[in-house]
Amino acid sequence: MSTTEPVLPKITVLPTLQKRHAALASAQSQRALLARVPTARTFEAALHGAGLLPLKPTGIEIFQVNVGRKCNQTCRHCHVDAGPDRTEMMPDAVVDRCLEIIEGTSIPTVDITGGAPELHRRWREIVVRARAAGKHVMDRCNLTITLLPNYAYLPEFFAEHGVHVVASLPHYRQKGTDTQRGDGVFEQSVAALKRLNALGYGRPGSGLVLDLVTNPVGTFLPGDQRGLEAEWKRQMARLHGVEFNALYTITNMPISRFLEFLDETGALEAYLERLVTAFNPAAAAGVMCRNTLSVGWDGTLYDCDFNQMLDLPVGGGAPRTVFDFDLAALERRDIVLGPHCFGCTAGAGSSCGGATAG
Amino acid sequence: MFRPGADHERTSALTHSRTPGQGRIHTHAPHYYDAADLPRFGEIGKDAPELAEKFFAWYNAVFAEGALTAREKSLIALAVAHAVQCPYCIDAYSSDCLQKGADAEQMTEAVHVAAAIRGGASLVHGIQMRNHAERLGM
Repeated sequence: MSTTEPVLPKITVLPTLQKRHAALASAQSQRALLARVPTARTFEAALHGAGLLPLKPTGIEIFQVNVGRKCNQTCRHCHVDAGPDRTEMMPDAVVDRCLEIIEGTSIPTVDITGGAPELHRRWREIVVRARAAGKHVMDRCNLTITLLPNYAYLPEFFAEHGVHVVASLPHYRQKGTDTQRGDGVFEQSVAALKRLNALGYGRPGSGLVLDLVTNPVGTFLPGDQRGLEAEWKRQMARLHGVEFNALYTITNMPISRFLEFLDETGALEAYLERLVTAFNPAAAAGVMCRNTLSVGWDGTLYDCDFNQMLDLPVGGGAPRTVFDFDLAALERRDIVLGPHCFGCTAGAGSSCGGATAG
Repeated sequence: MFRPGADHERTSALTHSRTPGQGRIHTHAPHYYDAADLPRFGEIGKDAPELAEKFFAWYNAVFAEGALTAREKSLIALAVAHAVQCPYCIDAYSSDCLQKGADAEQMTEAVHVAAAIRGGASLVHGIQMRNHAERLGM
């Protein structure tokens, strides 16, 4: 960065649940809390009513690799409980095995997440080898990472390798974004988006895809994705001169830090009731666990990143780690369910790719 | 959207503020407003179902995306809710505005629009006051 650029505010970070030794730092205590909340019906009953039980994969199209929980931000809704004080990072043996799977199967998309996945020392290698294997590579980028001195190379690297950048920005105005993601995040995020735009990201015809993700800043459900995208595009251009391709709406999941927020504010029961009431069979049919496989930092396999954080590995006799990976067996598995799954089926649905219905 | 069976907060200061003894005076309705009544909006159809059906069909059409976006309509509704001082509408459209992507600053500006019109409506009548006073004066 040149010295003529404005000085951006520092990001405020907080200790993670793990660092605070909070009760909800453990997946077991989170599952126990969720199980205690009375709901009108179980998720299994809702799926049964929709004719979707047992929930089966439609085919694994996305290999989502969570390379670690370290992050330079501590967003208040984070289901990973990621932060600077987390140390879990994918060891070499797991990275090597993931790369073998990426290179040795026909799964078309590799989705790299974290934490801030770019903090993993082999993140670049994963991108390069996945791209060389002809994969579509998505990186779930928090934007601010690209402004850290050691990571300023990222925008050019993304562009050079045609990485599909998926970046969180809960709101096009500062207050909402900083409330959820930490003071200072908004200004840094806009600066990062401008750098990506300057390289062609989000611009028509460039082939460089920049998608944004918005989570509600509160205990309400996301609105209509198409309507919000139009508004986000208009406002991002008007207020900040920023362009992007698509907006994904994602429902806040009652897991980790958002679960703690709900519990501490006494809003947990009402929030779960809201999710249960808004169950949408069409959204349920399109849930991401049907076409995604999630890999934890230690190589354990999960149906999704949410089950990963609740320590609910794949079930139904399917191989449990990358070391005994068996695509055919995994595509036959029954997907593991829980009350948190209502977060993906409420309203228009929610997934790492946004709404799943309508 | 403010509609029958809509998902709205069911607990609030209103529902938790009853004090012992109130029931002795108001045996049937201890409060004029109760947040628990909001999800019962559909019950306006009792005794007049055809009229209610027409109302809700029209109501939903009004708030559909059109020349104005659904978000813009929600912000207008929030402002009007304050102008007509309807606590149910304020709850409903505060939720709806947030869900449609508005933030607290935008919603506060909408409330100021309502307040400005209400204040301006009072003040512009000052001209009528002046006209009348001038007719009576010397």
